Amino acid sequence: MDTVSLREKIAAFQAAYIRCIDNNELESWPDFFLPQCRYTVTTADNHRDGLAAGLIWASNRAMLQDRISALRHANIYERHSYRHIVGQSFVTASQAQTTSVETPFMVARIMHDGETSLYCTGVYHDVYDTSTDTLRLQSRIVVCDSSRIDTLMAIPL
Amino acid sequence: MSQTHPIQWVRGQHTRVPYAVYQNQDVLEQEQKRVYEGPTWNYLCLEAEIPEPGSYRTTFVGRAPIVVARDTDGEIYAFENRCSHRGALICLEKVGTAKDFQCVYHAWTYDLQGSLKGVAFEAGLNGAGGMPPSFCKEDHSPRKLRIATFCGLVFGSFNDEVDSIEDYLGPEICARIERVLHKPVEVIGRFTQALPNNWKLYFENVKDSYHASLLHLFFTTFRLNRLSQRGAVIVSESGGHHVSYSMVDAPQAEAGKQYQEQGLRSDQEGYKLADPTLLAGFKEFEDGITLQILSVFPGFVLQQIQNCLAIRQVLPRGVEKTDLNWTYLGYADDTPEQRNVRLKQANLIGPAGFVSMEDGAVGGFVQRGIAAAGEDQAVIEMGGDSTSSSPSRVTEASVRGFWKLYRRLMDI
Repeated sequence: MDTVSLREKIAAFQAAYIRCIDNNELESWPDFFLPQCRYTVTTADNHRDGLAAGLIWASNRAMLQDRISALRHANIYERHSYRHIVGQSFVTASQAQTTSVETPFMVARIMHDGETSLYCTGVYHDVYDTSTDTLRLQSRIVVCDSSRIDTLMAIPL
Repeated sequence: MSQTHPIQWVRGQHTRVPYAVYQNQDVLEQEQKRVYEGPTWNYLCLEAEIPEPGSYRTTFVGRAPIVVARDTDGEIYAFENRCSHRGALICLEKVGTAKDFQCVYHAWTYDLQGSLKGVAFEAGLNGAGGMPPSFCKEDHSPRKLRIATFCGLVFGSFNDEVDSIEDYLGPEICARIERVLHKPVEVIGRFTQALPNNWKLYFENVKDSYHASLLHLFFTTFRLNRLSQRGAVIVSESGGHHVSYSMVDAPQAEAGKQYQEQGLRSDQEGYKLADPTLLAGFKEFEDGITLQILSVFPGFVLQQIQNCLAIRQVLPRGVEKTDLNWTYLGYADDTPEQRNVRLKQANLIGPAGFVSMEDGAVGGFVQRGIAAAGEDQAVIEMGGDSTSSSPSRVTEASVRGFWKLYRRLMDI
């Protein structure tokens, strides 16, 4: 895979990922990951200090499916949606089977009553599996810039 | 004190709470003086978070900014983070190590105990200016707190009359803290949840064992905490502290039926985890208790949910704003496998927690719901009017206990 086409694939992947979440097609969200994957939402402070706990901490895709089924069937929260904006991806490492990428993001939260606020900014620290034609995330560490989360985090980032 | 209170309350009755107590700016001001700076112990940090001489953290007692530091003598000290000169913050960092602290505004210097040690240009320059000779640095240190440690927890108090920490907590609460913090812990993550409600609504929620299985479906469905499981509520003598605990029994068909007959939303059949190992922990508490929520007045929570351990610090930021500071813990001697279980179970807690996310929102539902409540009152009568320990968790005894101590301190 040459570099240009890989960059394009990553850009298309990122676009599809945020579209999936923002369009509330959350049942498809786990499909962006490999069955054996890592997904963590943490803060810049914890990330810097090497503290392993996450707001969300998943060590396989089944746990991501559980996130969504809990969201749909168990948890109580007010109806809201996100609007993700992602910035340019920066490739930090390329290996034969994997590529590591950092991509900044901003997320606005739109409450059911229309109240819209800047909910979260941060960086996706990703490792993509590039061994097949279809990109999949082997790992996505969502590093939120701030340690403060307003009210709750129901929908994933 | 002869100040008049904006809150009208029937004396001695803890089953009604005027909604105004969550809405009033004067109440917030008085809470700072009477609750946070009253005869109470406020959680500051863990001893493990300031391990070395010179280690410090900044935190709050109510809304008062605080520096807590370990001096070269190995002892822990805390003082108000407010320069004696013009009132600026002395220390701007959340955490660090220092030999001393210097206010950035005019470079007044304080030692690790908070004593004023240096005033820039105190003697003036070239014989002119400077402080008058009568100025005595010893008389101008920031307010210092008393410090007490218990099981690695550091508490501070502005009050000279406060009981020893052991007497303040009482034997039952002490034993329940020791049960969890019986060996060295390690911080494995920190998060702050900004709550859109008065601090008391969150602290009541912590003490409210009645809501747990009704609001939180995740608990009930997976039998982490059913009211029909074995457990109890312990309320301290003062009313201010509590423990709610439970242990999972063999499935009780009869108890499950009780829930169904109530037609409760929180009992949905057929909800299954794709990865059931989320709840597969390991036994580390001999007493079989799988859930223990413990609160210490006015804003400390210690939780054990299976193998998931955390501290929560509840801090007021305004009448309708509260910071909930989560500190996730493991034991220092965890094996990698044990640590992994804790990380996995931490999905239950925090702002995105399967179990605790609702607690972040429900206080806001009340705060918004009572916008026009006027002089109306909340009804807190489940389990009668008792403020004592109870074998049943279908009670609001520990919530009433909170109000008992709160009202005594606030003199309302």
